[in-house]
Amino acid sequence: MLEIKNLHARIAEDGTEIIRGLNLTVKAGEVAAIMGPNGSGKSTLSYILAGREDYEVTEGDILYNGESILEMDPAERAAAGIFLAFQYPLEIPGVATMEFLKVAMNAQRKARGEPELKIPDLLKKVREAAGSLDMNMDMLKRPLNVGFSGGEKKRAEILQMKLLEPKLCVLDETDSGLDIDALKIVAEGVNALRSPDRAIVVITHYQRLLEYIVPDSVHVLYKGQVVKSGDKSLALELEENGYAGIVGEAA
Amino acid sequence: MNIQTQPQRTPAETALIDAFGERVSYLPGDSVVTVKRDEAIEALKTGLPNRKVEAWHYTDLRRLLATVPAWDGTLAAEACEPLVAGSSVLAVLNGQAGKVGTIDGLTVERLADKLTDGSLADTLGTLDAADAVGAINTAYVADGFALAIASGAALDAPVELQNVQAGGQTHVRFDVRAGAGSKATIVERQTGTADALATSISSLDVADGAEVVWIILQEQPDDATHLARFQGRLGKDARLTLFIMNAGGKLVRQEVNVDAAGEGADFQLRGVNLLAGETHSDITMQLDHSREHTTSTEVLRNVVTDRAQGVFQGQIRVAQRAQKTDARMACNTLLLSDDGEFSTKPELEIFADDVACGHGATVTEIDHNHLFYLMARGVPEKDARGLLVKAFLAEVIEELDDEVVIEALEARLNAWFDAHG
Ligand SMILES: Nc1ncnc2c1ncn2[C@@H]1O[C@H](COP(=O)(O)OP(=O)(O)O)[C@@H](O)[C@H]1O
Ligand SMILES: [Mg+2]
Repeated sequence: MLEIKNLHARIAEDGTEIIRGLNLTVKAGEVAAIMGPNGSGKSTLSYILAGREDYEVTEGDILYNGESILEMDPAERAAAGIFLAFQYPLEIPGVATMEFLKVAMNAQRKARGEPELKIPDLLKKVREAAGSLDMNMDMLKRPLNVGFSGGEKKRAEILQMKLLEPKLCVLDETDSGLDIDALKIVAEGVNALRSPDRAIVVITHYQRLLEYIVPDSVHVLYKGQVVKSGDKSLALELEENGYAGIVGEAA
Repeated sequence: MNIQTQPQRTPAETALIDAFGERVSYLPGDSVVTVKRDEAIEALKTGLPNRKVEAWHYTDLRRLLATVPAWDGTLAAEACEPLVAGSSVLAVLNGQAGKVGTIDGLTVERLADKLTDGSLADTLGTLDAADAVGAINTAYVADGFALAIASGAALDAPVELQNVQAGGQTHVRFDVRAGAGSKATIVERQTGTADALATSISSLDVADGAEVVWIILQEQPDDATHLARFQGRLGKDARLTLFIMNAGGKLVRQEVNVDAAGEGADFQLRGVNLLAGETHSDITMQLDHSREHTTSTEVLRNVVTDRAQGVFQGQIRVAQRAQKTDARMACNTLLLSDDGEFSTKPELEIFADDVACGHGATVTEIDHNHLFYLMARGVPEKDARGLLVKAFLAEVIEELDDEVVIEALEARLNAWFDAHG
């Protein structure tokens, strides 16, 4: 489903290379975990997948269902089924959360040639999804993420993911800022989305989340490259020994 | 021969002065009104203010108003649907007051009658030598409405004062007196269909303990000139929220002069400027905190696109006796094109020592992080931009404490975007 081939990317503004020859393949139905120390390029990779303009791809390619997405803008990628749950979800004053959900869901439906959702259907979907994440509907009347706690923002990201039903889900440190109860709720939300036609990429630097979202593969990112891949035991190994060993091997 | 370097009159100046001889015979007024009109014409003879006059520095009226259309009595205007359904509508149609309806809690009179009997003569005239709006309007005002809201009355529906031009020149006044303890929402609707010169002055007296929400919705066509003033006086513990939506006009000057004259009075100004095309729009406010414990905040949000030019001048004067005044002013602009411009001039003149006053102004572009976030959820770029611009404006509109009014204004906002997006 996702094939990243020898990807090199730099910060557009100053030309600093962050992703330096990264290779990664994630199949449909797979849950892949990406781990790595702070600053290794995990968020940058997630932004590049979503199409953020602050980064320039200088070499390599990203194939989604066999086709390059590099020429697509973020909205086109989203409509094609790519979703990024942000590490730091943005606050957007003046846009009510509910209104935003309506606009986003309908924009994607429109791009796929589907009719707009009727308001009662929309409300029903949102109410169900919010309920399953233990979110209060009143919160959705407030401007998007404005005044939400860290945990509420992360839940709001997962809520959007559930409603938009993407095919490739990228979760960037969704566990940070969550207490254990919230973590379980969020993990359940993600697990409910596991399906044979969907791939999930979970970025984290703690193994804790992976106890709840058990990955099929684990990849260690360091200095903009995948330096080691393995199964879920690799995450445990990292938990015990830290990154030093693996990073040493790679260097 | 005059050898002084009096600049040659512009066609607009000449037309405004020369028309008087013929127009005056049609204009209502007793002898006091007539003297005021004569004085106004004398003031116009010194010329329209240019950029060397401080109050007009960013709006060089002499240059911008080069010509004016002639009066045309054959044109007919039609009243429009009120902003809020169920409002009582009083319409001035191409300069002439239409039917005077009866409204509970309110007496309504034609302004022409109040000029004829001289009872509003003292509200005419100019504020100072540079008061072009006052001068043109005093010289030529023909009609409008005078409203008195009974003390203690709470109007259950808004009153909408419409000023609809169909072309030529129209010079109109509204005079509203809100009795002690009364409550009302007034919508001032400024609109039309042609490249007219429209001047309009609204006077509002908010008596002790009264509460007024006044909404100015200015939607003149793209080739019209609109010169207007809102002048308000607030009594003890009186409250006024003035909301201005400027969404049209080629040349617009909206002056706001408010005197928080009674102890404990509160004034809130909220404004939204939607500026597009090759237009020039100016809101110039002068606010006096004359007494103790008066409060005010002023928040303007502007969207500027194409080659539009916007101006906000906000002057707050705090009198020496007006201790414990609290005044805050903010003017934020979203600049959507490289050729647009917005100039802000805040001015605080504080003579009291125990006050809290502040102001801030920003000019920004759309936040590209916000844009990315919305696009990452599948919202196409154009729609995402539109959503963010509307959100920026909606924040101010939604401060109005009335869902029906908020929805109605947001509908006008959307109409503007449909026409200019
Ligand atoms: N837009 C940017 N501007 C400046 N530095 C950046 C930018 N994006 C990423 N970086 C730098 O790139 C490196 C990788 O960052 P990031 O992808 O956030 O790492 P991670 O998510 O793995 O902690 C860091 O050194 C970070 O400071
Ligand atoms: Mg990160």
